[in-house]
Amino acid sequence: MDIKDIIKPENKVYGKTPVLTDNVMHYCPGCSHGVVHKIIAEVIEEMGIQDKTIGISPVGCSVFAYNYLDIDWQQAAHGRAPALATATKRLYPDKYVFTYQGDGDLASIGTAEIMHACNRGENIVVIFINNAIYGMTGGQMAPTTLLGMKTATTPYGRDAKLNGFPLKITELIAQLEGTCYVTRQSVHTAAAVKKAKAAIRKAFENSAKDKGTSFVEIVSTCNSGWKLSPVKANEWMVEHMFPFYQLGDLKDR
Amino acid sequence: MAIKGAIVVDTEKCKGCGLCVAACPTKTIALAKKVNGKGYNYAEMANDGCIGCASCALVCPDAVITVYKVKI
Repeated sequence: MDIKDIIKPENKVYGKTPVLTDNVMHYCPGCSHGVVHKIIAEVIEEMGIQDKTIGISPVGCSVFAYNYLDIDWQQAAHGRAPALATATKRLYPDKYVFTYQGDGDLASIGTAEIMHACNRGENIVVIFINNAIYGMTGGQMAPTTLLGMKTATTPYGRDAKLNGFPLKITELIAQLEGTCYVTRQSVHTAAAVKKAKAAIRKAFENSAKDKGTSFVEIVSTCNSGWKLSPVKANEWMVEHMFPFYQLGDLKDR
Repeated sequence: MAIKGAIVVDTEKCKGCGLCVAACPTKTIALAKKVNGKGYNYAEMANDGCIGCASCALVCPDAVITVYKVKI
């Protein structure tokens, strides 16, 4: 069978969703941000909520997320995305409001905001990208950096005596009464992408049900910051990140 | 009944990260020897082993892969 007979519109099984814009993403080749943007866009398309969704973009590499998803956006000051999402959701209770934050934004400068937004049980979705490093500023140590992990500011590896311990913020958030769904996913394989997409869809559905905050952590790679190729970075993540940041649902009610 | 698939890569937007090459169960995808306008070795079909499973497209960070599938 000739390839031209296969490539016909009626045989199409998967392609780019129209919720993603045609802009070329500024992310490094192989960056997990692109995959997560794509599955959020697919969930928005499948739920038919493109004109009812408001995203809050953070400070970090994903500050330009508003260029790539064709929905309404606001851009928050560093770490303050949950506070802005709180206001947005309270002013427009019929909209779907989500924040998209990295580990530097959510687990470091924005710790107070995320804790209190989750504790109040705001009906928002939080997408938390944890790649254990400050990607945008050049690969410095983040609160989530693993012990012994080499970064620009821990060239001999993170030492607990000097730098403290890696922060499992998702476990902390699971303790809070305001959250209804807390899960940790990844996007390194096709199966993991499907599971992460199902988790994001569930989180969006929860926000319409007045159940509380839904928190989805995506354990991600930063191949530029880790100084590895994209494929090697995925292997490193499976070997080193997953034993500490274990995948699965922490809370579901 | 056999299943045949094919992919179309938006070669100008592909960044040649190679995640699709690692995800392909039939080793159908390879990075091209040629480069695109930005100097990346883009992904392409290297043989006709594609089964249209869409694993490559699911892991693609830049959403540049469109997948087609027929049953014959």
